[in-house]
Amino acid sequence: MVIQRKVKYEEELDPNFLAEIKHLSGAENIDACIQCGTCSSSCPMSVYMDHPPRKIIAMIKNGFKDEALRSFTIWLCSSCYTCQVRCPAEIKITDVMYALKRQAIEAKVFPSRFAIPVLDREMTRLIAKHGRSSELWLILRLYLKSRHIVPMIKMAPLGLKLMRTGRMPLRQESIKNKKQLKALLSAVKEEA
Amino acid sequence: MSGYIYYPGCSLKGNSRSYEESILPVFREVGLPLEELDDWNCCGATAYFSVDDTMAAAVCGRNLSLAEKAGKDIIAPCAGCFLTLKKSNSFLTSRQPKSERILKALKNAGCEYGGSVKVKHPLEILVKDVGQAGIKAKVKRPLAGLKVACYYGCQLVRPYTDFDDPDYPTTLDTLMEAAGASAVDYGAKTRCCGGSLTGTIEEVGLRLNYILLKEAKRKRADCVVTICPLCQFNLEITQRKMTKKYKDDVRLPVLYFSQLLGLAMGVDKKVLGLSRSIVPLDSLWAKLGNGGAR
Repeated sequence: MVIQRKVKYEEELDPNFLAEIKHLSGAENIDACIQCGTCSSSCPMSVYMDHPPRKIIAMIKNGFKDEALRSFTIWLCSSCYTCQVRCPAEIKITDVMYALKRQAIEAKVFPSRFAIPVLDREMTRLIAKHGRSSELWLILRLYLKSRHIVPMIKMAPLGLKLMRTGRMPLRQESIKNKKQLKALLSAVKEEA
Repeated sequence: MSGYIYYPGCSLKGNSRSYEESILPVFREVGLPLEELDDWNCCGATAYFSVDDTMAAAVCGRNLSLAEKAGKDIIAPCAGCFLTLKKSNSFLTSRQPKSERILKALKNAGCEYGGSVKVKHPLEILVKDVGQAGIKAKVKRPLAGLKVACYYGCQLVRPYTDFDDPDYPTTLDTLMEAAGASAVDYGAKTRCCGGSLTGTIEEVGLRLNYILLKEAKRKRADCVVTICPLCQFNLEITQRKMTKKYKDDVRLPVLYFSQLLGLAMGVDKKVLGLSRSIVPLDSLWAKLGNGGAR
């Protein structure tokens, strides 16, 4: 048995975390949270989370950056916005979760083969390259990059069914004016 | 803007082709034929906002700009596209320093956006513009005796709820009743299907979809009616696995609302994409008395 300190000292907290998340998410009123728990009880995913949304908000308010970014709560958020429309303080909780995802991706604080961020990143790459996403290629990239080879093989019968019903075309869809998309993405980079 | 232009999004060209195949004839029937937005790009869905929200808004801005040039408002049948485009639209017109920078980048890339486009969902148009009476007038073969569970999912009604309630919406129910079906009191109508989690964490996806189908079965619905490609996909492909896992037969046809509307309006059922269903539709045909042949 390892005995460890379970309480953080103040100097170990990140005093800028709240301001960062406010800025990144646009949810300027995170302070208004009264910890009522409406978000956690509304969340269809909270039974799977290590820290329910209410606790994540408390972590942000108090500077527990590392814990919040390493929590898999943020990846389980499916953007259903139930917490956001029910929050009595009108905090944009779903947008807060998005901001945490972006910070976690930037800080690379999740397992590199963790399927959810892998899917997000691969889809983003497909769009930047072709302007459109094609399900077959997205799924293949997801399974290969997250090294889920056995599940991929298990999915084959479903894939065949989808192909047979014409629901999974082999072609990678693409826009005509890729040049414009490329110019747009680099113009955004320049402006930022 | 006058009139609408159709933004399919990636799903309606791939996995949910039957949604496109049915929504276009339905809109022709009600006298609003839809033209496709030329050279549209992917909206980015939830993925792009999880990686880079500035780029995500810019990518949506290109679509908005294309619609503005065409002089039309956008109609987006996919709930994900609908929300993403709507969210980006309100961000791009919010006059914040960050949104102004994106507008400038759009202009530099030759897709200037002035902020005049509105983003709408077909359900909204059918219920508010065409109206229940307008739909009823087009119904040739009422779906009499068919009990449907109207499933709205998340992103159509939340967080932007211009035309319906975020927790217990009713517009789809009224539409189905106009088509002659009866809508069961479906308490799970806005509960999440898990979205892309069904593809990434199976355990979570199976459980969430099980709850949805179980509730539809409990209310003795003959089928689930959806407005979102991902909801339809999840509810359909998880059925075999969850029936095995929970030792409970929850198999049920899952259709797009436009497919049922098309049937009611007398559109040839061969063009409505019904043969693309993975779950057999025999129970549905038996109920509708249209014979077993597809």
